[in-house]
Amino acid sequence: MSNQEYVPKSKFGKWFNDRLPLLTLASHLADYPTPKNLNYWWTFGGILTFCLITQIVTGITLAMHYIAHADMAFESVEHIMRDVNYGWLIRYIHSNGASMFFLAVYIHIFRSLFYGSYKSPREIIWIIGIIIYLLMMASAFMGYVLPWGQMSFWGATVITNLFSAIPFVGEGIVNWLWGGYSVDNPTLTRFFTLHYLIPFLILGLVVLHIWALHVPGNNNPIGIDIKKPSKDTVPFHPYIVLKDGFALLMFMLVFAFFVFYSPNVLGHADNYIEANPMVTPAHIVPEWYLLPFYAILRSVPDKLMGVIAMLSAILILAALPWLDTSKIRSAVFRPLYKQFYWILVADVLILGYVGAMPAEGLYLLIARVATGYYFIHFLMILPILGFKEKTIPVPLSITEPVLGGSPNLATVKKKRV
Amino acid sequence: MKNIFKISYLTILLLLGTYQVNAAEKVELLKTDWSFKGLFGKFDRGSLQRGYQVYTEVCSSCHSMKYVSYRNLAEKGGPEFTIDQVKAIAANFDVIDGPNNDGEMFDRPAKLSDKFVKPYENVKAAQAANGGAYPPDMSVLAKARSGGVDYIYSVLLGYEDPPSGITLDDGVYYNKYMYGNNIKMAKPLSDNLIEYSDGTIASEEQMAKDVTTFLMWAAEPHLESRHKMGFKAILYIIILTILVYFSMKKVWSRIESEV
Repeated sequence: MSNQEYVPKSKFGKWFNDRLPLLTLASHLADYPTPKNLNYWWTFGGILTFCLITQIVTGITLAMHYIAHADMAFESVEHIMRDVNYGWLIRYIHSNGASMFFLAVYIHIFRSLFYGSYKSPREIIWIIGIIIYLLMMASAFMGYVLPWGQMSFWGATVITNLFSAIPFVGEGIVNWLWGGYSVDNPTLTRFFTLHYLIPFLILGLVVLHIWALHVPGNNNPIGIDIKKPSKDTVPFHPYIVLKDGFALLMFMLVFAFFVFYSPNVLGHADNYIEANPMVTPAHIVPEWYLLPFYAILRSVPDKLMGVIAMLSAILILAALPWLDTSKIRSAVFRPLYKQFYWILVADVLILGYVGAMPAEGLYLLIARVATGYYFIHFLMILPILGFKEKTIPVPLSITEPVLGGSPNLATVKKKRV
Repeated sequence: MKNIFKISYLTILLLLGTYQVNAAEKVELLKTDWSFKGLFGKFDRGSLQRGYQVYTEVCSSCHSMKYVSYRNLAEKGGPEFTIDQVKAIAANFDVIDGPNNDGEMFDRPAKLSDKFVKPYENVKAAQAANGGAYPPDMSVLAKARSGGVDYIYSVLLGYEDPPSGITLDDGVYYNKYMYGNNIKMAKPLSDNLIEYSDGTIASEEQMAKDVTTFLMWAAEPHLESRHKMGFKAILYIIILTILVYFSMKKVWSRIESEV
């Protein structure tokens, strides 16, 4: 996307590049004009790439020692923890890495919601992102089954049983998923296969996600279209590389703290008990990152409707570019949307909280209200807000609010981290 | 920056919220000082060795520890018995090996490489001998109960007479900290039940603390090297973060009007 065509300096480089323009690609990535006002919320894209690669590398290493068999899986995990050189480190990075991955992806998604990054012309980036998120959830769920602990087994039982809600063919589908009449060895082996496959699908989609991003370029905190390259942009290298690198290191600090000092705090103790089909745990709770959707599922009394509500809660995000009717991207210039945005954040956190609680009494009531509000936000508030809201005038360029002393100076400055 | 704090605060609240779910439904657990907690936490070697003695003289008659090998007892970061001590320990146990060249199975003394010998052949045998309750394997027990070591310590010391109005079946005991308060294990520890080989007074609390420490090591044999490596890793990341921060500031200062 740089103005002048890239020409390799060496003769070999030129020869190679004429046949496979890898050097042109590298030069495009290095020069890629990036808005210079990106704040730290924008660093999570790079952090997520790091998370994916970490999961793939540690995952492949674990797969060399893990045995996907109902009688041996639990033991093989203990073998990794005790006898494989640094096996404990690799496994703790992988299991906590899943949580860190979701922490980063939630920040990435909510950043997009705040700054309207899903709006035209970035709908395809957004939709690919939602597919990646769906695949992440599938992969994380199946990965949690592999140690074959009590939560693995019963989590798998509960989630696969959701498909039985489908009228007429539900039971058949569940048996087909299980490869039998209960969660057992065939279920474990196929989950292992898919858990190994899905990350590579995600990797492919990430390439498309970035490719689609490099067509219109990054959105930015004030959400305006900018000329590229111009005074408003900086080349990706070294400016963004260093900034992303700094943020990644901060992220790794948190990551390392979990891995080395609280490696099991995000998991459930029951998963250190080997799977036992005869004993059901007192509470079957999914991993924390699935809790908001678990709350939505349980808030609906009817099983089928619950499953539909849960799926809609995710799929509704794919329709977001068309549900949000406002032409203004950044919430910085949308005073009302900004407030509803924070209410939505609180709403999702509340859903996550009640998802971990027993579905009864006050918790159930809160879950129902929060589920209702979640859908109202996307289906009513967002479409109406686009027409009713009085937005703040948007600056013409990134440099303008700084040089021209626009009335938004204060707000824009506050966003700068 | 304010937003970062806002978000991280909310996230931590959420994480703590889920974490507390497990803790909230239980009575307040007994606390004691665990030497292995904290950034530099290490096992107390003496406590581990005494803990092994409690395990082997008291617990191991019912509880297996099938993922731990005798050699682990001599490894760094564990009880660190000498190799000769561990060889002597292992030789006290018989394992079935074979088949030999005649096709016969045979008994031989356990070696360093053998896993801890189990008290019962299988789960059914264990249940039959314990009134239908299976004494759980202790290899990862310290990680398999919410509340962890505090919970195990509390259960060991939580035996009480049942409150009036509660009648217990034969072979069922009342324990203040056990989930559901009913436990099929008789009170396992009492003052001076065993005689510590290092001369420590074997009070109930001392034994509970020692054996729980031993269980934590059994569940997490690499805990010490994890803590050590964690400190180095985090220090390394902090230094690198500072360096990258100043490089970033320097490079970005080339942009005259940073937004």
